[in-house]
Amino acid sequence: MTTLTLSATSTPTSTQPSRNLLRDIRIVMTRELKPVLRDPFSLLFGMIQPLIFLALFGPLLSGSMGGTFGDGVWQWFVPSILVMTTLFGTSTTGANLLFEFQTGAHERMLVTPLSRSSLLIGRALKEMVPLFGQAVIVIAVMTPFAFDLHLGGALIGLALLAVFGVGLGSFSYALAIAVRKQDWMFWVVQQTFLFPLMILSGMLLPLETGPGWMRVASKFNPLSYVVDAERTLFSGDVLSSAVLWGWVAAIVTAALGLTVGIRAMLRSAD
Amino acid sequence: MSVVETLTEGEIVISTRALTRDFVVSRTETVHAVRGISLHVEPGELVAVLGPNGAGKTTTLRMLTTLITPTSGTATVAGFDVTTQPSQVRRRIGYVGQGNGAGHSQRVGDELVGQGVIYGLDRRTAKLRAGELLEALELKDLAQRKVSDLSGGQRRRLDVAMGLVHAPSLLFLDEPSTGLDPQNRANLWDHILRMREQYAMTIVLTTHYLDEADSMAERVVVVDHGEVIADDTADGLKATLAGDRLAVTVAPGNITRLSELAGKLPGAREVIAVGDEVSVRVADGPAALPELVAAAQRGGVPIAAAQVHRPTLDDVFLNLTGRSLREDSNGKAAR
Repeated sequence: MTTLTLSATSTPTSTQPSRNLLRDIRIVMTRELKPVLRDPFSLLFGMIQPLIFLALFGPLLSGSMGGTFGDGVWQWFVPSILVMTTLFGTSTTGANLLFEFQTGAHERMLVTPLSRSSLLIGRALKEMVPLFGQAVIVIAVMTPFAFDLHLGGALIGLALLAVFGVGLGSFSYALAIAVRKQDWMFWVVQQTFLFPLMILSGMLLPLETGPGWMRVASKFNPLSYVVDAERTLFSGDVLSSAVLWGWVAAIVTAALGLTVGIRAMLRSAD
Repeated sequence: MSVVETLTEGEIVISTRALTRDFVVSRTETVHAVRGISLHVEPGELVAVLGPNGAGKTTTLRMLTTLITPTSGTATVAGFDVTTQPSQVRRRIGYVGQGNGAGHSQRVGDELVGQGVIYGLDRRTAKLRAGELLEALELKDLAQRKVSDLSGGQRRRLDVAMGLVHAPSLLFLDEPSTGLDPQNRANLWDHILRMREQYAMTIVLTTHYLDEADSMAERVVVVDHGEVIADDTADGLKATLAGDRLAVTVAPGNITRLSELAGKLPGAREVIAVGDEVSVRVADGPAALPELVAAAQRGGVPIAAAQVHRPTLDDVFLNLTGRSLREDSNGKAAR
C-alpha cells in the first residue's frame, strides 16, 4: 500500500477573478483533440478520405458535365470537396458529445468550474484542426493536376470555412443536447438536413442546369453562398461580391449556431 | 492542505432548507422527486444517503453539486449558495457521478492531468498530483491506456481519482460502488476511506446497498419519496427504529409463561410466540438476554436455546415504511 503525500500547489482561491474564457476554451479544445492526435491510424484515414471522394467523383463529373467546365473541373470541384469535408465533419460532431452524455464525462465537466460556453466553443473549434489538415493535403495533391492554387484566396477561403464550420458544429452540438434522451434522433435529424443542404448548394453538381425551383431554394441556403465564395476565392478573386456574401452567410451561421449551442449547453444538465 | 480553502471547524459544510425539485413529465404529470429536504452536514462527516431507487437521492445530490437548480428552498454548499453562486461551489467540491467521469476515448493520464488543469493547477503540479493519485489508487501502470480498455473496477477507481485531483474538502459520491463485484467494492472502499483520512474530507454519498451504509457511514440519512424519514448513526437508527430481537426456545408447555416474562423486559415490544419459540424486540439485546434467562430460571422455566438477532438497516426501513429496501432496489429507475 502506498501513502499519498500532497504536493504543494499554487492554487486558485475565492478571491481569484472570474475565470478566463480563452483558457477554458483552450482546455476543452486540447482535451477534444487528444484522442484524435493519439490515434494516428484513424487520423491518417480521416485525412485521405476527401482525396478518395475527389478521385472517384471528379472524373464522373468531368465526363458527364465536361461541356460545362471545359478543363476547369478541378478548379470547380476542389473547393466543393473542402466545403463538403467541413459539412460532414462538423454536422456529425454532436455524436461525440452524445457519447460523453452516456458515459458521464460531460456531467463530470459540468461540475467543474469550466464555463458552460467554453464547453461548446472549445468543441466547435476543435473540428477546424483536422479540417485544416485535410485541406492542406487536398490542395497539395491536386495542385500538380491542373489545379491552379492562389495562396491568398485559399487561406481566406479556409478562414471562411472555419467560421462557417464553428457555426455548423455548434448546431450539431445543440441538436445532440436536444435529443440526448432519444439519441437515435440525432442521426435522423442530421441526415434530414444534410442532404438538402448539400444538394441545394450546388456543391456536387451545378444548379444552373436544374429546375427553377431548385435555384430559388438555393438562394435560401446559406451553404450556397459559402460554396460560391469558396470557388471565387480559390480562383484568386478575393474582392468579388460573392466573397462578401460568403462571409455574411458564414458569420450569420456562426452567430446563430453559437447562440443556440450555448443556450443548449446551459441547460444540458437537466 | 487542500487546494481550496480548508473549512474551519464547526462551520457547516452543507446546509439545505426545504429543498424541493419537481420534474415536469408531461402537461398533466409532474414528478415531485424531492419534497422538502433539510440537511446539515458538518466538516469531516461521512454521510450516506440511503433509500430505494427513485427516492430522490440522486436528484438531491445533483442539486447540491449545481447540476440542476432547486424548484424551491435553499442550499448552501461549502459556504456558497448553489443557485446564485454555482461557480464558487464548483471550485470547492469534488464530484463522482454515477457514470464514468473520464471520457472513454481518452487516455487515463491525459484525463487526470486535464482535470487538474481545469481546476487551475499548472501542468507540472497537475502531473505530479495525477501521478500520486494513480499510485495511491493502484492505477499507475494504466496511465497510457485508453479509458475504454479499463475494467469496471479500474474505471471506478479512476472516477474517484478524477474527483480528488484538486484535493477538495468536500466530496460527493453518487452510488460509487454500484455494479462492482463484492471484492472490487471492498477495494474501492479501502481507497475512499484512506483518501478521506489523508485529505481530511467531508464525504456525502448515495447508496442503495444496506451493508455499505451500515459499515462505512458514520451517519445515515434515510430518504423515501423525496423526504428524509430518518437521520442518525446506523446504530442509533437500529436501536430506536428497529431494536434487537431475542429468540428463545422453551418446552411447548412453557410458551405462555415465557411470553409474559419477555413482555416485562425494559422496552419490550412485538412479543410473538411461534411453535416453541418466543421472540421479542428490545432496545439492547445483549443486556436483555441474560436478564430474561435469569427471570426464566427464577420462574422455573427451563430455556433450551437463546439467540440475539441484531437488526439491519433494512429492518429500520421496514419499520419506517412498511416496505423492505431489498424488494425495492430493483424497482423503477432512479431519476
